[in-house]
Amino acid sequence: MNFWNDPLKVAADWLTGILTGWGMNDVAAHVLVAFLGVLVLITILMVIDIFLVWIERKVVSRFQDRIGPNRVGPFGLIQPFADIIKLMIKEDTTPDGADKVVYNIAPMLSMMSVLILWAVVPLAPVMLGVDLNIGVLFIIAAGSIGTLSIIMAGWSSNNKFSVIGAFRCVAVMVSFEIPMLATLLIPTIFSGSMGTNAIIQSQDIWFVLLSPLAALIFLIAAIAELGRAPFDLAEGESELVSGYNIEYSGMKFGMFYAGELLHAFTFGGFWSIMFFGGYRFFGLEQVSPFLAIAIILFKALVGYWIIMWVKYTVMRIRIDQMLAFNWKFLTPVAFVLVMVTALMNALLRGAGSWLYVTGMILSNIIIAWVSLEIVRSVSKKERERVEGLKAMEVAHH
Amino acid sequence: MTAEQIIFLIVGAVTLIAGLMVVTVRNLVHAALWLVAALFGVAIVYTLLNAGFIAVVQVVVYIGAIAILFIFAVMLTRRQAADTGASVNKNWWAGALMAAATFAGLAFLLQGWSGFSKTASAIPLGFDAVNQLGDALTSPAGYVLPFEVASVLLLAALVGAVYLAFNKK
Repeated sequence: MNFWNDPLKVAADWLTGILTGWGMNDVAAHVLVAFLGVLVLITILMVIDIFLVWIERKVVSRFQDRIGPNRVGPFGLIQPFADIIKLMIKEDTTPDGADKVVYNIAPMLSMMSVLILWAVVPLAPVMLGVDLNIGVLFIIAAGSIGTLSIIMAGWSSNNKFSVIGAFRCVAVMVSFEIPMLATLLIPTIFSGSMGTNAIIQSQDIWFVLLSPLAALIFLIAAIAELGRAPFDLAEGESELVSGYNIEYSGMKFGMFYAGELLHAFTFGGFWSIMFFGGYRFFGLEQVSPFLAIAIILFKALVGYWIIMWVKYTVMRIRIDQMLAFNWKFLTPVAFVLVMVTALMNALLRGAGSWLYVTGMILSNIIIAWVSLEIVRSVSKKERERVEGLKAMEVAHH
Repeated sequence: MTAEQIIFLIVGAVTLIAGLMVVTVRNLVHAALWLVAALFGVAIVYTLLNAGFIAVVQVVVYIGAIAILFIFAVMLTRRQAADTGASVNKNWWAGALMAAATFAGLAFLLQGWSGFSKTASAIPLGFDAVNQLGDALTSPAGYVLPFEVASVLLLAALVGAVYLAFNKK
C-alpha cells in the first residue's frame, strides 16, 4: 500500500504514527487526524468555491455576450480575491429589530448545510469521508438544514421582502424534495444500495442510460432545491429586491452567495454520482486515485455548467405555476417512474444485460411520452376554456 | 470514559437544555428553533446507537418537515409571536409530581430488566441495518401489515387535508 494507491490512508497512518510517537493517546490521535482530514477537505472546497465565483462570472458573461472580469490578473483570475477583500472590509450591518442570534447563525448554517454534503461524496474508490449505507437520504437531510437556514435568515431580518422570499423558498424546497427523493430511489433500485460509493461501483453501465427520465427529473428538482433560475423566486430581484438575504452585508452575504455556488457545484457532483458513474471513466479510476478525483471534479463541473446554462437561458416562472408544475406533473411522474422501474427491475433482473437496458429505456420513453400527452391534452382544454371565457366577455360588452 | 460516552453526555445535556428552552422561551419562533436543536440532539443519539437510518429519517421528517411547518405556521399567523401570559398555572406542582413519578416508575422497571446493566455486543462486520429494516417492513413474516395500515392511515389523512382545503365552486 503506497502513497499513490491510497494517499489518504498513508497520510493518516503517518500522522497518527508521529502523534502517538509524541506520547499522545491512541484514540485522541485518531480523533485529531480525522478532524484534520475534515479541515483539509473543507479548505480545499472553499478554495474551489473561490474559483467557482470566477467560473460563474466568466460563464454568465459568455452567455450574455460580454467578456466578463478580465482586468485583475490573467483572464481576471484574481478578481474573486479582490471580491473577497471587498466583502471582508464592508461594514457589517444588522438591521433594527433583527433577531441578532438567529440572524447571525443563519449564514453559517447555510454554508454548513452545503459542506456537510461532502461527507458522502466519494472522490475516489478509496477516498471518501464516510461510506454511509444511507448516503442518498443524507442528501435530503442536509437539504432540510439548508431550508431551515433560509427560513431563519428570512424571519430574523425583520423585513417583509425577506419574509416573503423565505416563504417562497421554503414552499419550493419542501415540495421539490419529494420528486428528488423519488428519483434518488432509482439508482438505489439499480444498485441495491443507498450508499454513494456502492452506487458508483455498480455503474458498469451509466444509470443515465437506464433511466434518462430520472436523471432529468433529478436535475430539475436539484435546480429548484438550489433556488436558481428558472426557480429563483426566493430571490426574485425584480420584485423582492434580493429575497431572504436582503439585509445581509459583507461576508455574511458572501456566505449565502458562496454557499449557493458550492451547492450548485455539489449537486453537479451528485448528478454525476447518481447517473454518470461518478469517478468512473472506462477504468481510468483504477490507475490512480488522483485521476479519479480529476474525473469526478470534471463531471461535477460539467453538471455545474449545465445548471448555469439553464439558469442564464430560461426565465423565471411564477410561484403558482412552479408549485403546480411540481405537484401535478413532476411528483406523479417521479412516483410512476419509481414503481415501473422497481417492477421492471424485478422482471428483468435475471435476463441478459441488453434486454435489461432496452426494457428500462423503453419504459422510460413510454412514461415520458404518456405524461407529456396527458399534459398536452389538459393544457389544450385549459386554453380552450380561457379563450371561451374571453369570447364570452367580448360578446357581453 | 470512552469518547462515545463523553459525546453522549454532551449531546444529552444539550438536548435536555434545548427541550427545557422549548417550553420556557416566550417567542414562538425561538421555541420552534430550540425544538429543532432538541430533535437534532436526539438524531445524534440515534447515530451513537448505530441507527444511522433512523437518525437521518429523524432529521428529514422532524426537522425538514414538521419543525419547518411549525415555523411556517407561526410566521404566517402574526409578526410578534410572543406569549405574554404566565408560563405556569397553579397546577404546576401536580404536573411536576406526575413527571417525577413517571421517571421513577420507568427507572424502577428498567432496574429489574436484565438488559439494563449489560454492555451491547459489538455489531458484526458487514451487518446492514437498512437491509434488515427493509426486510422486516416488507416480509409477510415481519411487519408488513402494521406498515400497510400506517400507510393507509397517512393516505386517509392526506385525502382529508385535500378535502378540507379544496375550494368548492
